[in-house]
Order: sequence, then structure tokens, then C-alpha cells
Amino acid sequence: MTVVAAGASGPALAVIDPDVPAKVAACNLNFYYGQHHALKNINLSIATNRVTAFIGPSGCGKSTLLRIFNRMYDLYPGQRVEGRVLLDNANILDPKLDLNLLRARVGMVFQKPTPFPMTIYENIAFGIRLYEKLSKSEMDGRVEKALRDGALWNEVKDKLNASGLSLSGGQQQRLCIARTVAVRPEVILFDEPCSALDPISTAKVEELIAELKTHYTIAIVTHNMQQAARVSDYTSFMYLGEMIEFGPTNKLFTSPSDRRTQDYITGRFG
Amino acid sequence: MPLHSLLDGYETVSAIPNMVFCETQDKGVGVTDIAVHSSAMESAGSCDRTRALNAFKLGDRAFYWTTRISAMLVLTLLGGIIISLVVGSWPAIVEFGSSFLTTQRWAPSAEPPVLGALSPVYGTILTSVIAMMIAIPAGIGIAIFLTELCPLWARPPIGMAIELLAGIPSIIYGMWGFFILGPILANTVQPFFIDLFEGVPILGSIFGGPPSYLSLFNASLILAIMVLPFITAISRDVFATVPPVLKEAAYGVGCTTWEVVRHVVLPYTRVGVIGGAMLALGRALGETMAVTFIIGNSFRISPSIFAPGTTISAAIASEFAESDGLHQSSLMLLGLLLFVLTFFVLAAARLMLLRLEKKAGK
Repeated sequence: MTVVAAGASGPALAVIDPDVPAKVAACNLNFYYGQHHALKNINLSIATNRVTAFIGPSGCGKSTLLRIFNRMYDLYPGQRVEGRVLLDNANILDPKLDLNLLRARVGMVFQKPTPFPMTIYENIAFGIRLYEKLSKSEMDGRVEKALRDGALWNEVKDKLNASGLSLSGGQQQRLCIARTVAVRPEVILFDEPCSALDPISTAKVEELIAELKTHYTIAIVTHNMQQAARVSDYTSFMYLGEMIEFGPTNKLFTSPSDRRTQDYITGRFG
Repeated sequence: MPLHSLLDGYETVSAIPNMVFCETQDKGVGVTDIAVHSSAMESAGSCDRTRALNAFKLGDRAFYWTTRISAMLVLTLLGGIIISLVVGSWPAIVEFGSSFLTTQRWAPSAEPPVLGALSPVYGTILTSVIAMMIAIPAGIGIAIFLTELCPLWARPPIGMAIELLAGIPSIIYGMWGFFILGPILANTVQPFFIDLFEGVPILGSIFGGPPSYLSLFNASLILAIMVLPFITAISRDVFATVPPVLKEAAYGVGCTTWEVVRHVVLPYTRVGVIGGAMLALGRALGETMAVTFIIGNSFRISPSIFAPGTTISAAIASEFAESDGLHQSSLMLLGLLLFVLTFFVLAAARLMLLRLEKKAGK
């Protein structure tokens, strides 16, 4: 079942598959950068333990939407949001919410690799230490587990004390994924995670995303439509701040219901 | 025939004047035509090209020598200053030897004169250390507030105020310290600390003795205020170079602002911050005028920081005018000591940076 959620006429909540419970749900979401109305009445749900992809031309609001899910926009004055975002049925836009706890539950991987200026080991241990007091051996185990989850362990196990910045771009990005996973979040947001990577690293990251979805709910923004088609279960097409179409990935790519979606995925614009 | 094959073997620079020449000759001609013409022009244009090349070479050589001479000038100056200091202080070195460093007494008019550098060296190091202990946390704190926490509209005025603080001449700090800060400290802050630590074993003597308008502590405080803008301005500038996405990543794993600053911003910028602190320390060690006003110029080393003291530069400034002979030579030797002291401080800073980098795994 595909639901077209274009503009204000869309349904209150775009539920795709009634069998899969929603982890995150956005209701009547509007976002403003100062005067600029960047997201217009977005309604969607992100299914538990599935990969949901967001595609659309540059500036359509994909990344903006993603940054609402962990309230990253809160760091910048002048950006504000209206509406509701439910994480396990609790509104995360509540101003009284503990942002640090929210960000522990909703991890994020950025466009460019962002290793912290410390050793590989510390890059992983740093996030864990914020929430848990572990003994040295427990911490070693957690770091190894996270690096294995990030498909990086075999490459770095002999140089855990090297700087995180000494790794290659693809390794750095997997380090960032491992770091995000180490905190044991419930949702992981990927903001164009492969745009700075070569094809081999990209393939590794995509493989990783496929593995991660057994334990985590994943939302990914990508410019690469093939990537969306490969990794995601559901895809949302956004255009000029509106969500034009949202549905199962194979349905959206093979028989889109909206004309603009079809034009975009066949390369007529964007 | 492709253009580049004709130009093969020539350096790009040499090809450009020729091509420009051709294009002005044959406006609107296709690329192939230009290429053919340029090969035909080679004999005719070679004279122009040689002239242009020679002009380039001349300019290059002039540039090379200008920069080289500037660099050599610095080395010559440095060497000259060291040599003249050593020559000037030689009589004192011969007379006192290493006892100059261990003697506390400074009696130029005694017979024979007894001159020792212990007190000024002690005062220089102590005032600088105390000043840095106050100024580094305060300066970095202000910089963090300005870059991470301060509302946007308040940033420019506060930043500008800090920079204006750096523009106040040191003589004004000296007068202000002498007439206003000194009395305030002696009447309020010093008695408070003296009462607070009375009877405590070591702190009691550090914060002991009678309050004084002129003291090491007052000089340290003035020094701290004077170097604060350096530390703040440099820290603020390097904090602004931290990529926003790196900070977002740290917030993204659930850090508080303090944790982001402590674990991401400061490690990322530590070279710049330490550089700023060292610049400040260099200024604190050598600062003369303000310190001469308020330190009291006493060559007696007292355990209390509220007692008057002296620093190397204050001693030189206050005595150089009426000195001669061995006395003057000893003041020169003090200057040489300050020079060496500053050198070692900078070397130690370099060493510290290297070790920090090793620790971070670079």
C-alpha cells in the first residue's frame, strides 16, 4: 500500500505496513530556518528494524528532516519546528526533553567522516563512557564489539592507539558508524554516509547498513538513487520541502504514483 | 594537429606569451589554425619570448633575494643582540661566575659590590607563573563562552572589549595598578587571604605577612590582566576553526556542551591554544613598565607573595640609568638571563606539544 502524502491534503499519518510497528512518527511537521519554510506538513512513520531512505534533489529538506529526529537543529538559534515527532509514542520535540539521552537513543552518522581528535580506541570508548561506568576489560570488550559491528576490527585491531585521523576516509566513516553503534542507540540516522567515499568503501558501508537493520531502526538520506534502491525497505521522495511520495522501495521505484517521483527517478530533473 | 602536441617540450609559462600574441593577431580563427600559426610564429616570436622570459627571471631573482635578505637580517640581528649582551655582561660573568645565580644580595654600592640574580629571577618566574595560573583558565573560559554559549548579539561587543584591553599601553596598567588596584588589593583581598590561611602550615607563609600596596601578587594580577586578551583572542580564533560537523558528531553521541568542549574542541585546538598561552607567557616574562610600578623593587626573597619583590626587567628598568661599571655589566647579565629563560620556556613549550601529539597517536 502506498500513500501519497502531498501537502496539507495528506493523511494524518502515513502508515505503510500495518505489520511493522512504527519506531518514529512525524505528524504535521513544519520546519523553519528563520523566515524560510523548509519543511511543509510532513507526515510519515519510520518502521522498526527497517531501512527507510529519503531521496530528492538538493535543498528539498531531506537532511533537515533527519536532523529533527535527534534535535540537532537545537544547536542553532533561529531554527524552529512545529508539529510532533513521536519516538516510541513520546513526543521528542518537548522542550523539557533531555537532549543528551535523546541523542544516545538516536545516533547519527554524517556526510563527512568525523572522527574525534583522539585514538581509535578512545573514539569508541568516549561515547560509551558518557553513559556507563565499565571496567577496563569490559570496555575493551565493548570497543571490540563496536569495531566488529562497524566491520573495522580486522583492519585496526593492531593499531587501536593510533589517531582516528590516521585512517583512510572509508575507514574513518566505519569508525564513526562503530562509534554510533557503541552507544547502543535504537535509531541510527545516516546523512549521506557515502558521499565522500570511494565505491569499495561505499559497498562496505551499504553491507553494514543491511546487517545493522536487524538490531536498529535506520533512516538514511542519500543522493544516490541506486543506493536507496539497494539498501532500503521504504523510500520517501521529497521535493521543495514536501513529502511527495512514501512507500515500499520496490513499489516506489517501479511504479510510482506521482508524476514528479517518476520524473525524478527516471532522471528528468534533480 | 592538436595544440598540446605542438607545445610539448616547452614549459607552460614559455608557451603562454606566444599564444597570446597569436590570438591577438588572428582573431576569430579556429583552434587548429591558431596551432598551425603558432608553430609558424615560433621563429618570429622567439625574440619577444626571450625578452619576456628574461623579465620573468629578473623578477624571480629579485624576489628570491629580497626574501632571502629579510630572513638573513633576522638571524644577523638575533646574533648581534646575543653577542652584544655577552660582551656587555662579560665583566660580571668573570667577577661573579655561577655565584651570580645563587646570590640573593644586590648591593652595587658595597665595597666590593655584591650582585646576585636570585631575587629577580625568582620574581620573574613567580609572577609569570601566577599570572598564567589566573589568565589561562580565565582566557580560555571567556573564549569558550564567546564561541559556544554566548548569544549571538552579545559576541561582537564582548570580543571587541577584549581586543581593546590588549590595546591599553602598559604604562597605564602600571599607573592604574599603583593608584587604584594596589590599595584595593591591600585593603580587601590580601587581608582576606592572610586571615583565611593563618596557621595553615605552608599556605600560611605563602599568603602571610602584612598586606602591601606593592607586591609580587599585585604584579601578577596586573600581568594576568595584560596577557588575558592574547589568550582569549587566540583561543577564540582557533575555537572557531573547529568544523561544526565535528561538534555535531559529539553532540550526536549525547555529549553536553562541557563534554564537547573538553573532549573535542580543546583537543582539536590544543596546538593553537598552547601557542597563545606561550605568547602570553613570553609577554609576561618580559613585561617591564607596569611591573616596575607595582612590584616594589625589593631584592629580598620573602616566602609571602604579598611581599614586595622584583623581576629581571623591572630591576634593569629601575637601575640602568644610574649604573656604571660592574653594576651595569651585571644588569646586562640579567638581560642575558632573561633571554635564556625565555628561550627555555619556548623550548619547553615545543617539547610539551610534541609529547601531546604523541599521546594523541599522531
